[in-house]
Parts: sequence; C-alpha cells; structure tokens
Amino acid sequence: MTPLALQLQQVTCQFAANDASQPTYTAIENVSIDLARDEFVSIVGPTGCGKSTILNVAAGLIRPTAGQVRVFGEPLSEINTHAGYMFQSNALMPWRSAIQNVCLGLEYRGCSKTESVLIAKDWLKRVGLGGFEDRYPHQLSGGMQKRVALAQTLALDPDIILMDEPFSALDVQTRQLMENEVLRLCQTQVKKAVLFITHDLDEAIAMSDRVIVLSAGPSSHPIGDFVIDLPKPRDVAEMKTSPRFHLLYSQIWDVLRDEVLKSYAKQMGQVV
Amino acid sequence: MKLFSTRFVIRFWQFSILLLVLLSWHFASRSINVAFFIGEPLIVASRLINWLFINGDIYSHLGITLLETGLAFVIGTVGGTACGLSLGLSPRASAIFDPFIKALNSMPRVILAPIFAVWFGLGIWSKVALAVTLVFFVVFFNVYQGVKEVSPVILSNAKMLGANRAQLLRTVYLPSATSWVFSSLHTSIGLAFVGAVVGEYLGSARGVGYLILQAEGTFDINTVFAGIVLLTTCALLLDALVGMIENKLMVWRPKTDIQQQI
Repeated sequence: MTPLALQLQQVTCQFAANDASQPTYTAIENVSIDLARDEFVSIVGPTGCGKSTILNVAAGLIRPTAGQVRVFGEPLSEINTHAGYMFQSNALMPWRSAIQNVCLGLEYRGCSKTESVLIAKDWLKRVGLGGFEDRYPHQLSGGMQKRVALAQTLALDPDIILMDEPFSALDVQTRQLMENEVLRLCQTQVKKAVLFITHDLDEAIAMSDRVIVLSAGPSSHPIGDFVIDLPKPRDVAEMKTSPRFHLLYSQIWDVLRDEVLKSYAKQMGQVV
Repeated sequence: MKLFSTRFVIRFWQFSILLLVLLSWHFASRSINVAFFIGEPLIVASRLINWLFINGDIYSHLGITLLETGLAFVIGTVGGTACGLSLGLSPRASAIFDPFIKALNSMPRVILAPIFAVWFGLGIWSKVALAVTLVFFVVFFNVYQGVKEVSPVILSNAKMLGANRAQLLRTVYLPSATSWVFSSLHTSIGLAFVGAVVGEYLGSARGVGYLILQAEGTFDINTVFAGIVLLTTCALLLDALVGMIENKLMVWRPKTDIQQQI
C-alpha cells in the first residue's frame, strides 16, 4: 500500500501566552488528519480555532509541541519540501514582477534562468495572466495577485498543496472563478493532495472530497469528518444548486453551528 | 495637460517664495547697520559669480568638499547597511551590542572632530571620518529596522519555495532593506555634507568650510553667505541625484500622485 501524502498524528501545539495565570496557550490538541495523495480535504471551523496552525505544522514552519507529522511516510523535521503553500495574505514580493515571482521557487531549487522563465511563462498563461509577466504586484488587482501566487505555488509541481483561506479577500465573482480554476488545475492533470482551509462552508463542500470540522479553540480538535460524494468534475456554481449539496450542507452545519456559537460567546465574554 | 498645469502652479509658488525672501533680504540690507549682520544679496551673488566664472579658484575647494562628502557617504552607507543587516539577522548579537550602539549614537559626534584630526591628520580623512559617524548611524538604524520588519508572510513563503539562508538574504532581506536604505539616503547625503563642512571648519587648509572660516575671520559676511548658498545648492543637487537613482532602482514601488490625493 502506498503511504499517505500527509499524516498528522496526535499533534498538539502550544504557544507562550502573555497571560500570567495561564503561561501557555494550547491552539490545537490531539489533531490527527490523514490526507491521501489524490485527495482534496477542507478544514472548516470557527474563527480562532487554530486552522492556520494546522497548516503551518503540515508545512514544517511550526514544530508541534507533541505528536508527529509524516510526509509520504517519512517523519517531517524541517520545511516540508513536498508541499506548496498558498498563504491567506499577499505573499508576493513587491520588488519582483509577476514572472520573477513565479520564477522564485524554480531559481531557489537551482533551475537555470532560461528554463525557469519558460516554465513561469507557461504557468502565468495557464492561470490566465499571459501578457502580464512584467507587471509588479501593485499594478495587479487582488484576484490577479492570487493567480500569480497560485502559479508560483504550482510551478514547482508540489505533491501536496496547502491553502490557507486563499480567496477570502476576493469578491464573490472573482472567488468563484478562482475556485473553478483551482479545481481545474488540481484535478485534470496529475492529481494532487490538497489541504484547504476556509471558513466558508459553501466553498469547502463544493471543492472537496472530504470536509473536516474543527471545534472552537483553544485546544481545538476535529469533531466531524464528512465525505463529499458529489459528482466530478465539478463546477462550483452549479454544485451549489444541487439537492445533495444542500443535504450535506445542513448535516455539516449542524455540527459547525454549535462551535461557531461557542467561539462567538467566548469572544463576547472577553469583550465584556 | 492637467498634470502639467499643477506642476507649473507648484513651481510658480516656489519661485515666488524664493523671490520674496531675496527681495526682503535685499531691502532689509539697505541699512548699513543691518547689512553688517546679514550681508547683501547682490554682493553675495557677485561673489558667487566671481568664484564660479571669473576667478575659478572655488572649484578646487568645492572639489575637496564634494570628495569628502562622497567618500563619507559611500563608506557610511555600505558600512551601515552591512552592520544593519548582520545585527538585524542575529537577535543575540543585536541584544549584546544594543547598549553600545545606543551610546555611540547619542554621543555628540562633533566633539570627535579634533580627535579625528589627531588620528587622521588635517587632510581629507579626518573630515571623512567625522561625516561617516553621522551617515553610518542613520543608515544603520534604517536597515536594522527594515530587516526586523520584513513581512513574515513573504519570509515564510520564500522558505516554503525552498530558499536557503543565502538565498533568503539575497532575495528577501536585501531588496526589502534597499527601500529602507533609500529613505535614509536623503537624510544621510545632507549629513555627509554637514560632516565634511564642519570638519573643514574646525581645522583644514582647503575646502568650502575652510573658505567660510577664513571669511568669518575678517567679518566678510557676504563671502560667508556665498559659501552657504553654494553648499546648499550642492546639497540640493546631490539630493536630486539620489532621488533620480532611487526612481531608477525602485520602479516596483507604487507612485504616489499628488492629484489623486485629495
């Protein structure tokens, strides 16, 4: 049997807190997630439930306090070189043009300049930005910047793609276009393992093979795991009108709602 | 067309203000008693014309002062950038050196001029040294701050894309420090000039600062003012040069347009 692309085994993450009564803050506790090599898994949960922490652990940017991460069976001890990471906020270098940004990872990994420019040009075309190679990030719209970031991540042909609410800053229309784009790019060619973090349940169901629900923080952990058996290939907008979609939505929302209310109550409590 | 006219209006007002200052100076200096203290613009102008076009001996002095300024500027900027980068990247070293750097920076550095004269002699290097102490810290603190404020997302992204330490320095820290260096260069080119002139003023045989000192010794207030005008013009030109280089190198930066800000 081939090993899973990514395994989080009983991962716990604690951070130093400023609070004197409670010296550490436990963001996630005993989180175990398996990701097969062709699976698209979304993680949903209320705000502040440690979704990004899970992704940072999977990327190797944070070392877990307890537990282990395995990448294709191997324990992860430093940066996860199998993974591409698409960040929530803008991670493009403002001093590099679109094509230079896409070339970045290829250059880091020792590709020759001409070769990386060829690959980068091709990827910019694939995300619909042919002709925008020499624009600097500030000359591109928010959606275009996300496309560049997507090209930057995919140009390295990673086996695992980690996405942290990549489209949360986009308007609804652009967002739908980008969602379809990601599905097209991740599903039509060699399939990739995708770990997708979002707070938008619509997005999660329409795109994923599986949706994992996290409990409210602190010490959050998975409390629900739903297989999404919608037919593929999918169109995100069409999906949202199918009856099956609504059934799944209400099932997951039943679990998620309580957690959202809990986290909301906690925030209100802090304010008062 | 609109753009041209706003620029024209701004230039017009700048010119008017200059003219107003010069005219008030001129009329105030009609009285002999006042003129003794503030000089006369027409005599200052004739002194300048004499220096620049007739006599021509100003060029060797000005050349010395500019050479000192340039050397101090380059040495201070390179040194400040290197130290800022290395301390910014190493939290332990910066924690150790922190009090020393604060002490050196808060020291009144003009006092060092006589010491530098003893160390480096009365030639150009004692002036360069003084100006370097001024330039270095401005650049150093800017770069240090710049390195500390590199966007953590960009840093994580570069790491995920496979950058090693040297690549991080070259593609993330240096470019983002560059924008901080440039914002400090406008201040530091002026300070390099101040350092060079003050150094000359305190002891030298050549340079514009030396000329001003000579003129002060004979209460020749007009020559003093001519020297000041010359130095100010040079400082403005150098600043414009820095601005031009900045615009060339920083094409990626969004332009702020006066018209768009209401």
